[in-house]
Amino acid sequence: MIHRHLISTSISSSSPSAFLGQDHLCNLRRRIVLHRVKKSWICKCSAKPSADKTAYKTKVSRNENMGKLQAGYLFPEIKRRRAAHMLKFPDAQVISLGIGDITEPIPEVIASAMAKRSKSLATIKGYSGYGAEQGEKLLRATIASTFYANLGIGEHDVFISDGAKNDISRLQVLFGSDVTVAVQDPSYPAYVDSGVIMGQTGRYQNNVGYGNIEYMKCSPDNDFFPDLSSVSRADVIFFCSPNNPTGSAASRNQLTQLVQFAKDNGSIIIYDSAYALYMSDDSPKSIFEIPGAKEVAIEISSFSKYAGFTGVRLGWTVVPKELQFSDGFPVAKDFNRIVCTCFNGASNIAQAGGLACLSPEGLEAMQEVIGFYKENTHIIIETFKSLGFNVYGGKNAPYVWVHFPGQNSWDLFEEILEKTHVVTIPGSGFGPGGEGFIRVSAFGHRANVLEACKRFKELYK
Amino acid sequence: MVIALQISSRELEHTKKYPNEKVISLGIGDTTEPLPEVITSAMSDFTLALSTHEGYRGYGAEQGNKTLRKAIAETFYRDLAVNDTEVFVSDGAQCDISRLQAYIDSSVIIGQAGDFQDGTGKYQNIEYMECGPQNHFFPDLSKTPKTDVIFFCSPHNPTGHAASREQLEHLVEFARENGSIIVYDSAYAAYITDGSPRSIYEIPGAKEVAIEVSSFSKLAGFTGVRLGWTVVPHELLFSNGFPVINDFNRIVCTCFNGASNVAQAGGLACLSPEGYKAMLSVVGYYMENANILVDTFASLGLKVYGGVNAPYVWVHFPGSSSWDRFNEILEKTHIITVPGSGFGPCGEEFIRVSAFGRRESVLEASARLKDTFLP
Repeated sequence: MIHRHLISTSISSSSPSAFLGQDHLCNLRRRIVLHRVKKSWICKCSAKPSADKTAYKTKVSRNENMGKLQAGYLFPEIKRRRAAHMLKFPDAQVISLGIGDITEPIPEVIASAMAKRSKSLATIKGYSGYGAEQGEKLLRATIASTFYANLGIGEHDVFISDGAKNDISRLQVLFGSDVTVAVQDPSYPAYVDSGVIMGQTGRYQNNVGYGNIEYMKCSPDNDFFPDLSSVSRADVIFFCSPNNPTGSAASRNQLTQLVQFAKDNGSIIIYDSAYALYMSDDSPKSIFEIPGAKEVAIEISSFSKYAGFTGVRLGWTVVPKELQFSDGFPVAKDFNRIVCTCFNGASNIAQAGGLACLSPEGLEAMQEVIGFYKENTHIIIETFKSLGFNVYGGKNAPYVWVHFPGQNSWDLFEEILEKTHVVTIPGSGFGPGGEGFIRVSAFGHRANVLEACKRFKELYK
Repeated sequence: MVIALQISSRELEHTKKYPNEKVISLGIGDTTEPLPEVITSAMSDFTLALSTHEGYRGYGAEQGNKTLRKAIAETFYRDLAVNDTEVFVSDGAQCDISRLQAYIDSSVIIGQAGDFQDGTGKYQNIEYMECGPQNHFFPDLSKTPKTDVIFFCSPHNPTGHAASREQLEHLVEFARENGSIIVYDSAYAAYITDGSPRSIYEIPGAKEVAIEVSSFSKLAGFTGVRLGWTVVPHELLFSNGFPVINDFNRIVCTCFNGASNVAQAGGLACLSPEGYKAMLSVVGYYMENANILVDTFASLGLKVYGGVNAPYVWVHFPGSSSWDRFNEILEKTHIITVPGSGFGPCGEEFIRVSAFGRRESVLEASARLKDTFLP
């Protein structure tokens, strides 16, 4: 078997030239290594210092935590490979079911609200400068009443962000470098990577993960919910439901266990509910549906996958007033301080869009778009099922998690890309527990999804 | 900013105490003038396009829209050998400062600053470089111990001082000697009127020692829209030769997801010939305000600094507590300013007056100050 070791840079320029080695910052080499070795795509950044030995160097030491990171962040790496592939096959119609990027237009009711706000900034009456760092009052209140009605979450518990990914890092700054962290395995890479940057972790070991992180395995064997009795205590537990990448939605029973586990250990759960509206069954949409959760959990969410706001940038974080540190200090107070110091609020235009999203018309329009992607998901699930694969997810999330037992996921990714010109995401990009899986995203134009499925059928018939 | 919170709550208190008085805010540096239409219609058109198949855009590059990066490089760094690959679009300088992990507040949060000492009003591990009238608002570098990172803002918030070419050459040399990295905040560069350098990269050798942060906030009134940029030159290396830009790029890809595409569309319009002209005319408007304020305080017999290269006027009240002066001005004229001590120990005895405001408000403030304080 040919194993390919790819050494890539941690620079994320989407331009293909960087990938092809014209980047003068790092030497980029592509080696085909013919030996049987524990397969890993992990590319340690081998960025060589400037070739010119006389180049001036400052005396500032590189943050050693940055050096622990394994290659680039997952999604820019996928982008790079896609771009390289397109250069190699300029006539191929490459279809992207990789990065979970929205493709359908933003509903008009929402776009026109943003247009209106933009225009009003040109008027004396409509102009607004700095907004509250926590977000516009009305938007905060509307989020609370729309998503958390009867759950005891009020306007003041809601902080508007420019996206959940950004608040994940702000929460890491909040908790600092001394906390221990648990993540589902596999999981959205930002939880781990932001923790590495903060200095919470040890070094990386192939197929094991970073030292000092508690990886909670989620696989078909345990129905994608970790066996909490075998999980060691961690200060902070990241939990995403519906899950990216597995698509699994935790049941009320499971979340009750999770909250109890957190309570027993005095841990704080960071609950990522970015895909809640994709839920098809009646699994909880918010952690706060579980009694006692307000004392142990923070919830993050986003307009990205609901309203097509992946480029517009808007999300929110709920930090209940009941949540306290071990010394009784309210977590929300520190989070507020972070938000006031390290952030200056989400764009006022994005916030105007957010408000429109939550109007009756906006909610209906969003549901329609979500329904469209769910239909895509269904098509993809059916395709892989018909080919005899074990397929997970897709019911409660726009991701299909396809099992290829015993196979290397980066090799699979490459093979699928080469032979069908469809971009997917290798499961190991989400953690060691993702090995042997491919994530197929359901975001795409219907025609592209149908075409991609046709090609999958060709490849795997 | 903590001082902003304190000012806001004082303003609230005061408004409750005097519900019939019109409080004029020359405190927080918040822009007041509407955006030029050429810019708002670009943003409006862009958002409407998002509801169409052809115009919809999802995730943008975390480093920013390529065209915008190019436009920033060409507009602000032409002939300075800064290219678009060194420009990272942000949602504002304040946010990138934290991503660079620095400034007093956020470095306390990151854990670099040590404990706060009540006596000196300083955090233990931070080197405070005094800037006052006695040293022309440029620190005496011969007395400054070596640090890894040097934050330098010019034109300066709050003193309004723009460092001269000579001063900046000295700073770059100082950084080179010590192997330090300068984080240069040029957010107010557009306000310079006397030919002082607008970018640290005007100084030879700066590319090897400096990062520059800037913003559309005060340039274009984008305080709410949220857009800025950071330049990290390819030449800037850590002690082991590793390029700083590689790590900054990784941070941007992991901890950020790009500035709002709507804001970026606005930024591009700002840098069109028509947009640029319109932007600078608003800058000129605020500088007119600054002139009025400088004249006003000078007429009261006070020593006034700044206001020439920045929209801030730095008024000296020797021997006074800045909070006392702040309170006095607020009580007697219902004008909000900012006590200098909110910016650090050397701000004591000073008041910062911001030139952001509607002309009528600035004129009214000026009249009240003269009426109240002229002997």
